[in-house]
Amino acid sequence: MEQKLKTDFDKFISSSNFSNKEIKLKKEALDNFLKNGFPSRKLENWKFSDINQIIQKNIGELAFYNDYNIKNEINDDIFIKEIEHNKIVIVNGKVERLSFEYEESDKINLTTLNNFNQNPNDNNSLLSLNNSFSNKIHNILIKKNYSFKKPLIIYQITNEKVSNTNINFQLNFELEENSSIKIINLSDDNSEKNFINNFFNFNLDKNAILKNYKIDKKSNTNIKYDYSSITQKENSISETFIFSSGSDYIKNEVSCNLEGQYSSAFINGVHLLSKNKHHEIRTNTNHLYENTKSYQLIKSVIDDSSKSVYQGKIYVDSKAQKTDGYQLSKAVLLNEQAEFNAKPELEIYADDVKCSHGSASGSLDEDSIFYLMSRGLDQKTAKELLINGFLLDVVEKITDEEIKKLLKNMIGLN
Amino acid sequence: MRDKQIEDLKDYKYGFSTDIESFKAPKGLNEEVIRFISNIKKEPDWLLQWRLKAFERLKVLKEPNWQKPKYPKIDYQDLYYYSAPKSFKEKPKNLEDLDPKLLETYKKLGIPLQEQKRLNGIAVDAVFDSVSVATTFKDTLTEKGIIFCSISEAIQKHPDLVRKYLGSVIPITDHFFATLNSAVFTDGSFVYIPPNVKCPMELSTYFRINASDTGQFERTLIIADKGSYVSYLEGCTAPMRDENQLHAANVELIALDDAEIKYSTVQNWYPGDKDGKGGIYNFVTKRGLCKGKNSKISWTQVETGSAITWKYPSCILKGDNSIGEFYSIAITNNHQKADTGTKMIHLGKNTKSKIISKGISAGKSDMTYRGLVDISKNAANSTNFTQCDSLLMGNKCGAHTVPYIKNKNSNSSIAHEATTSKISEDQLHYCQQRGLNQEEAVGLIVNGFCKEVLQQLPMEFAVEAQKLVGISLEGSVG
Repeated sequence: MEQKLKTDFDKFISSSNFSNKEIKLKKEALDNFLKNGFPSRKLENWKFSDINQIIQKNIGELAFYNDYNIKNEINDDIFIKEIEHNKIVIVNGKVERLSFEYEESDKINLTTLNNFNQNPNDNNSLLSLNNSFSNKIHNILIKKNYSFKKPLIIYQITNEKVSNTNINFQLNFELEENSSIKIINLSDDNSEKNFINNFFNFNLDKNAILKNYKIDKKSNTNIKYDYSSITQKENSISETFIFSSGSDYIKNEVSCNLEGQYSSAFINGVHLLSKNKHHEIRTNTNHLYENTKSYQLIKSVIDDSSKSVYQGKIYVDSKAQKTDGYQLSKAVLLNEQAEFNAKPELEIYADDVKCSHGSASGSLDEDSIFYLMSRGLDQKTAKELLINGFLLDVVEKITDEEIKKLLKNMIGLN
Repeated sequence: MRDKQIEDLKDYKYGFSTDIESFKAPKGLNEEVIRFISNIKKEPDWLLQWRLKAFERLKVLKEPNWQKPKYPKIDYQDLYYYSAPKSFKEKPKNLEDLDPKLLETYKKLGIPLQEQKRLNGIAVDAVFDSVSVATTFKDTLTEKGIIFCSISEAIQKHPDLVRKYLGSVIPITDHFFATLNSAVFTDGSFVYIPPNVKCPMELSTYFRINASDTGQFERTLIIADKGSYVSYLEGCTAPMRDENQLHAANVELIALDDAEIKYSTVQNWYPGDKDGKGGIYNFVTKRGLCKGKNSKISWTQVETGSAITWKYPSCILKGDNSIGEFYSIAITNNHQKADTGTKMIHLGKNTKSKIISKGISAGKSDMTYRGLVDISKNAANSTNFTQCDSLLMGNKCGAHTVPYIKNKNSNSSIAHEATTSKISEDQLHYCQQRGLNQEEAVGLIVNGFCKEVLQQLPMEFAVEAQKLVGISLEGSVG
């Protein structure tokens, strides 16, 4: 693999026009990845999902070179008609369209970053891989006191041109004081057996509000790692909703750093799995300042021989007095082959805090099914009704009414 | 009056050391020493081979490093692996032959070895450094067919039982410290309860580390045959010394059909001084196997001592309908560190497990609950309930919860809850308003917080444990 990485890297660098500084940084990142390789179960964070093994087994030899010079056609049919929205269209890791037609152009600043900063202590090797192979990183800056009028939908498309390839993509958002944005991140996979590695970085200044909804619904055989890092200043709010169902393997990782007081982070997620899928959500909320709040609700419905994993960590620094942290994960196992693993973790260094977590897993409640059947429903409908209700609990947490309605239709929960 | 009591208790009252000549194996860990230990204990050849096999394995094993409390590297070559009071070269036949200094030591500790003076019917096996000193109430137990003696004695007298069960729950290839213990274990207790016998009294072992530079590696093996019941207590103390001492014990429990074992520990090893100097490293492997149908194993522990505690008393629920329970109170103060919890491995059908863990950390200490609940594919209709609560006192300490939950069976259910908080101002205010001072109020609230676990302890221990809870937290409020 090492040789392949090196030759593909050289090919990638020679076919793009990066500055010397960027090339140097990319090289460093590559060296870091070469040193650590794909994470395996030996690392605590990857205990339940050995991505190294999963890639070996399902893809085998990966190609890392991705030609960003190819121009991809975009078919307008894929766009959502129900609501007016701004668009970012990404095809195979390349940004093909950025359109903010509903916004005031002087309130948004679009640039590309020429450096990226990975904390040297951060040994996330997939982030290093992303840094070394991703194309120019777009930065979207929302200026002070500006609220997006319409939601932004990020279409992440892969087409049949790529297979057995590693696609890396990065996007950066800066929310200045008092600004706000609503984002829907929609996966549309028409490719098979790729390893897709995404990294989204959000910086929220004072009073900023971020609403981020990630939808993975279309069935495909890709393997995905999706990492969102959110840094929050005073009084800012972040809301993340994850619907993960379509891909064969996904690990969604959300990391929130609550650095300013009265900042709060909400992460809710749904796993709806069938066949032989393996999905994981890992949340990492770091309370670093007084009076911060976090809330996580993750629900899984697991059928056939699928596997759902939730790892959630609440970290409370000794400075972060008066922290309020809550975490709940629930799973319903529908089949004997299904599996649910959880690791809800608390690491607390301050005494005046209220932190709790709960985790429960089991089968659908027989009594409830019986009750519904005695009211005249057949068993299948009764089960569906119960599962609907179970998941709706999470979807109802979405604070934006318009998007909630859209997503409910999209997911098929009513 | 109370102030005086507190003053007396503030310091570790078991911190004295007994000036008794001891007979030691040469320093260091090598095949020679293992042969020496085996030889001095007149062990049969199979056991020596067993030890050597463990030692071979040890050479390739690495010390684990995933746990939260980190400790300075232990030089295993700089330890004595066998230490015995000199007068023990030939084991005394009865209590009269015992070195009076030893008897005095145990008297100071409050462990009466002389049976006639005893009021509460607890049979005691006392382990001093590496050897078992005395076992009391032998006759009463023998009458019922119960075997309660040191493991060295059991190796001589009941080799079949020992050979059959030793290492059957904790194999010699397990992990570093368990393997180390298998190679060099010196003594410990052995209990066998014959079928359908309910042990009439509490059995108890008292461990004491006296000599310096000594590691204590005891091995306890408890077998409850079909339909039997036993309740077993374990207590531990050590003198105050500046250096850190290693305690790496292995405890194996085996419950056959319909049998029940209740294992309680009050662990009060020397925790080190206020600045975190000295203290015991308590790296213990405890594991119970519910081998038969309808068997039950229940662990109760009160962990207040040791500089570093690192142990996970576990249950393997192999028999159908078997039950595993774990009740724990862990208190850390000053610079103590504890990483403790349990593993419940459900293999049989209709198995049930319950985990109640209460952690309290104060001063600059660090406390972690780490647990695993694993329901395998075949463990249909199994249930688990876990509750772990932590209480923090001050903002220099830490309390962490790291549960691992694995559910592979759709007919089984797992529920886990955890909370972390501090003592509420309202409760404190209420108690103080009623005339209690702050420390008393905290003591009362903490005792209430721990009640669920304290209730599981046998009466004699519960009283001691309750006091211990209070003492361990002295000076941590305000």
